[in-house]
Amino acid sequence: MRTDFTLAQLADPEIDAANTILRTCVHCGFCTATCPTYVLLGDELDSPRGRIYMIKNLLESGQPATAKVVKHIDRCLSCLSCMTTCPASVDYMHLVDRARVRIEKTFARPWPERVLRALLAFVLPSPGMFRLALKAAALGRPFKGMLPGRLKGLVTMAPARVPAASAVDRPQVFEAEGKRLKRVALLTGCAQQVLRPSINEATVRLLTRRGCEVVVAEGAGCCGALVHHMGREDQARKQARANIEAWEKAGVEAVVINASGCGTTIKDYGWMLKHDPVWAERAARIAGLARDVSEIINELGVGELTEKGLPAVTYHSACSMQHGQGLSEEPKALLAAAGFEVREPAEGHLCCGSAGTYNMLQPELAGRLLERKVENLKRAGGAVIATGNIGCLEQIAGGLAGGTGENKGPPVVHTIELLDWATGGPKPEGIP
Amino acid sequence: MKMPQPDAGVIARRAEIIEAMQAIVLGEGVITDEEELRVYDHDGLMAYKGLPLVVVLPETTGQVSAILEYCAANEVKIVPRGAGTGLSGGALPLADAITLGLGKFNKILEIDYDNRTVITQSGVTNLAITEAVEDEGFYYAPDPSSQIACSIGGNIAENSGGVHCLKYGLTTNNVLGIEMVLMSGKIVHFGGKHLDSGGYDLLGVATGSEGLLGVITEVTVRILQKPETARALLLGFPSNKSAGNCVAAIIGAGIIPGGMEMMDKPAIHATEDFVHAGYPLDVQALLIVELDGPEVEVDHLIERVDAIARQAGATHLSVSRSEEERQAFWSGRKNAFPAVGRLSPDYLCMDGTIPRRKLADVLQRIEELSQQYGLRIANVFHAGDGNLHPLILFDANEPGELEKAENFGADILRYCVEVGGVLTGEHGVGIEKRDLMGVMFTEDDMNHQQRLKCAFDPAHLLNPGKVYPTLHRCSELGRMFVHKGKLPFPDIPRF
Ligand SMILES: Cc1cc2nc3c(=O)[nH]c(=O)nc-3n(C[C@H](O)[C@H](O)[C@H](O)COP(=O)(O)OP(=O)(O)OC[C@H]3O[C@@H](n4cnc5c(N)ncnc54)[C@H](O)[C@@H]3O)c2cc1C
Repeated sequence: MRTDFTLAQLADPEIDAANTILRTCVHCGFCTATCPTYVLLGDELDSPRGRIYMIKNLLESGQPATAKVVKHIDRCLSCLSCMTTCPASVDYMHLVDRARVRIEKTFARPWPERVLRALLAFVLPSPGMFRLALKAAALGRPFKGMLPGRLKGLVTMAPARVPAASAVDRPQVFEAEGKRLKRVALLTGCAQQVLRPSINEATVRLLTRRGCEVVVAEGAGCCGALVHHMGREDQARKQARANIEAWEKAGVEAVVINASGCGTTIKDYGWMLKHDPVWAERAARIAGLARDVSEIINELGVGELTEKGLPAVTYHSACSMQHGQGLSEEPKALLAAAGFEVREPAEGHLCCGSAGTYNMLQPELAGRLLERKVENLKRAGGAVIATGNIGCLEQIAGGLAGGTGENKGPPVVHTIELLDWATGGPKPEGIP
Repeated sequence: MKMPQPDAGVIARRAEIIEAMQAIVLGEGVITDEEELRVYDHDGLMAYKGLPLVVVLPETTGQVSAILEYCAANEVKIVPRGAGTGLSGGALPLADAITLGLGKFNKILEIDYDNRTVITQSGVTNLAITEAVEDEGFYYAPDPSSQIACSIGGNIAENSGGVHCLKYGLTTNNVLGIEMVLMSGKIVHFGGKHLDSGGYDLLGVATGSEGLLGVITEVTVRILQKPETARALLLGFPSNKSAGNCVAAIIGAGIIPGGMEMMDKPAIHATEDFVHAGYPLDVQALLIVELDGPEVEVDHLIERVDAIARQAGATHLSVSRSEEERQAFWSGRKNAFPAVGRLSPDYLCMDGTIPRRKLADVLQRIEELSQQYGLRIANVFHAGDGNLHPLILFDANEPGELEKAENFGADILRYCVEVGGVLTGEHGVGIEKRDLMGVMFTEDDMNHQQRLKCAFDPAHLLNPGKVYPTLHRCSELGRMFVHKGKLPFPDIPRF
């Protein structure tokens, strides 16, 4: 489409990149149909096509973002369903990232919002802080009635019981069982290891069983996605650089990620740092090594099956998995290869509402999406729900919780926990 | 593009109108901020833009009725808008009109397998209807390439077609009934679950009315059982001409394929890049021919089409081996327009329809014009029914290119009419082809058409400035409409 940037504006490489993206959009509107917020709200302003146009106007004007624009950009889940749909391959992901940075730099949010965002950006990436916060929240539960708005929601969301830290998440090397086929680094992540330490444990077991030497690298931490989606570019880049350095030192053939939200970001490190002369090449190299755990297992095979009579699994494809990384078939194929009957829910392309910190920042829309998702998942009828992203896992488990008897939903686990179980690991918690 | 002079009086009453709208539609459904209005400033045709007075997104037929009643009483114009995928500018906003969006009319109301009908709100997408019934083996036949996003209400307003309309008919052949709100606010029902109603075919009148006669709020469509077998052939040709001849030969042999589509080389390359459907890249033209029905019939027809294609000089022949592959063959075609976005930042999509035997001739003429204007072209079209979609590629950032593209397009359409065809096959007239209506119709024809409009909307409040190049007072057309003691638009500008 037509754009109107001045030459001076285009001299900024970020604007130049945005211009290139905008020009590929032909405004056909196909993306509106698969956008969760448009499906809910039916308003062009809350559709990808509308946002693209709004971002164009925002960037062209050179003016600070206004409250209205911020409202609609904030409502975007960054689920990237639009990118799967777009026949012109408009790079919406990087465009909306640019808008978020512009908002972060030019828009003064009301202070409660600012405090909430700062809190999330500070606490979530650090497992120690996060664990502490969850414990505090558990203690705070009885008093949640006294808390203001969204803080109340956050405390409600926190699990009643916080598991102990797992030994696998400390920097170390796990040897391969049998012949070593690969040396890989495992991103142990931030929130996931606190909420479900069993996922990294299962991943290490499965990878080593399949011939991988697994390195938990010293100095690697949060991938940066959380703050990146809040437009906090500098903090995201800092976290990315720390990881790149750590994995370079580890000397690995692949960086394995078992949370697809993180995987999408790490695979994009090259873009994130492309204007940084010192880091650009190094970032691109690490991004090229990044693999979702399902990709690696797909390459190595699931291995020998030890369990029979496995339950039917409803597979929930995380948006970051199917839209962000384009991995739709691999995880399902692995589950089938491990002996599970795989079922797919209706509207599988729609987000569950988790989307990083979205469920905390946009609880109303997230709640409506969750309700819809849970309905579809239940209808699919599997005895277990599997997914490859901690955000979805917690969100959906939360949506299913509370029901009793007939209404009690199936347990929600990570795909890798099921693959590990089918090939010699323990049965994941919650499966009868 | 010249539009009617906005009514300064209405614009001056904006605050009052907004207040009235907010009393009818609560919350975010009334959009008034300039920044937000700008997002609604055009539809699928990006060449023309304009800010609406206000955007209103009602949720119920009652609200639509209340809005129209207020607007009729206060002489405020209305531009209906479905999903905004229209390619002729039908939903282009007007500065003195409310853009009435039906995005929130997104619920399917009833599925009736016994009667093979679905009742839906008008904002539901075309594809959503098929998705709702496909588990039971049914589908809604007309399938515009934009079916993922366009609304069923918009389909009726444009009488949209699709790749399967060759055999199964256009929208008008598949819609059984509608609920429509007239400009007065009155809610009317045309048709129903039955095939025919007594009296004039008002449903037929509303179909293709481009938002000029009423606002469609509810729709009853017929659903069909999926054919037992459907397989698609990819036929590659060394020239547009040989492909065009093959189309004529297939139809000439009495075969009616489920769909028969053609793409030329630039379109093949752009779409293959996106869908990886396995299109041959070394051919000049590609035909996708689908045959459906009982398996024996399909097998037999494939053989016959195969033989005809070979005789016409096909250099590539392949048949879909699975349902996924058949879908993949179509997926490229259905994504063709936007996929062309890979070749060029902007395109204009033409929609002329010609007698099938003129195909090769018209393609030749388009090629000459392309040379003459110095603008590239990608051809995608419903070959089976002679509906062409030449996509004129241009760069709107280059001064003068849009005008050049427009002139090029007008020349193509004039030629289509010259060889015995029509201006539009399925995208509607809107504003894009408005000024070419005279090439097709005499003044008399158009006056008669506008008399029909007067019967529904005597004050010309619904989507004015679209479809007809001149706006006549209804009184001039032989029907006096006096409202509150005065004639509407006492000094309507001629444009
Ligand atoms: C990539 C692409 C491919 C396309 N392919 C095809 C194709 O194969 N075949 C085809 O026929 N068309 C095609 N189109 C054109 C377009 O999708 C159709 O015309 C479609 O029917 C428009 O529906 P909409 O809901 O987007 O309507 P809009 O664009 O919102 O409106 C179109 C017109 O209908 C009126 N209108 C909309 N809703 C209502 C209502 N509820 N009541 C009264 N009036 C209403 C508007 O006033 C306007 O005049 C394509 C468009 C694109 C962008």
